Amino acid sequence: MSIDRRSFLKLAALGGGAVFASSLPGCAAKGSQGDGGDFYFVQLSDAHWGFQGPKVNPDARGTLPKAVAAVNALPVRPDFIVFTGDLTHTTDNPVERRKRMSEFRDIVARLEVRDVHFMPGEHDASLDHGKAFMELFGATHYTFDHKAVHFIVLDNVSDPAARIGEEQLEWLAADLAKQPEEARIVVFTHRPLFDLAPQWDWATRDGAKAVDLLMPFQNVTVFYGHIHQENHHRTGHIAHHSAKSLIFPLPAPLSQPKREPLPWDPEHPYRGLGFREVEAEGAKLSIEELPVERA
Amino acid sequence: MGDRRTFLLATALFATGIGGAVRAGDAPRVIKVSARRFVFTPNEITVRKGEPVIFELTTEDVFMGFDVPDFNVRSDIVPGKVMRLSLAPDKAGRFTFLCDVFCGEGHETMNGTLVVT
Repeated sequence: MSIDRRSFLKLAALGGGAVFASSLPGCAAKGSQGDGGDFYFVQLSDAHWGFQGPKVNPDARGTLPKAVAAVNALPVRPDFIVFTGDLTHTTDNPVERRKRMSEFRDIVARLEVRDVHFMPGEHDASLDHGKAFMELFGATHYTFDHKAVHFIVLDNVSDPAARIGEEQLEWLAADLAKQPEEARIVVFTHRPLFDLAPQWDWATRDGAKAVDLLMPFQNVTVFYGHIHQENHHRTGHIAHHSAKSLIFPLPAPLSQPKREPLPWDPEHPYRGLGFREVEAEGAKLSIEELPVERA
Repeated sequence: MGDRRTFLLATALFATGIGGAVRAGDAPRVIKVSARRFVFTPNEITVRKGEPVIFELTTEDVFMGFDVPDFNVRSDIVPGKVMRLSLAPDKAGRFTFLCDVFCGEGHETMNGTLVVT
């Protein structure tokens, strides 16, 4: 499996695609919890199905299907796929919200990987406290285990004030109490759990409480969305990695006065969009960024 | 983050009238800010560095928030109530204030500028 993956990465790099690979410092476990075997998963984020804005994405209805096709074309099938929120673009109309979610669900049903995990973004859940999302996709926070890695999905969007909330934090604490300190833990969430740029609403109001709960564990990595670009940050030994979007990129945090989508570049369509592979090889995680459409 | 939480708690206490007395001679200027989906009025506010001010916050429609992250102060804006938030800015510049409670389709553009001279 890992040999195949390495071969694939080499081929992908040679192929001229915008492939970025980096190991994640701090993710190496001093003692892994059993040998669950190498695997990889795919993270997609911020599809914003229903968005309309030809100046930033004239192919708004085509980008998600292209991403699905790109994932299906991967030479090695991932063990699972995770969508880290903002499946749909927000709407005040509850009927339209459900329509967008249904359309999104139909499109991603074409994924050839059957194990797909969803979580909401604020566009999906903040106007109805996650009601429509739960109707169509199920729980907004949950855990699952895969090959000796413990995955935790945190919901920091169903509260429109961008809080995880005491009830969910208690649930998190109870779940973590069952994990050994050396457990390999991966957290999926939508908003950053740290104050990346509160001026742009890039924060979770009580995210520090979740980070505090995670801090005693040696091997924790957080993958999130929301900011429509890669960003790599550490809170102590915990690494946080944001993903690109599938609809439009946003500027670097606080790099300009307003948080406005970057315009579409006809010379480089789909630039700044993409998805991510995360490979768990032994106790090490590594990521590779892949474009929606290869040049 | 701990400091931020402490400051927010102090701000909340002041906003509810429990604490945060202004020193004699420094009577804060009251600045009324009205919110409605998806604008603040005014959306540009000018104050002097060190000037104590109280924002009196109201909403014309739904529950909102008023957040000035560069000064670690925020308040909910509850329909039917006047929320009071104190600030004495200790640095000059142009700073964003924003609604930090997701309030609808135009929420992400609901912000303004605090100009501290």
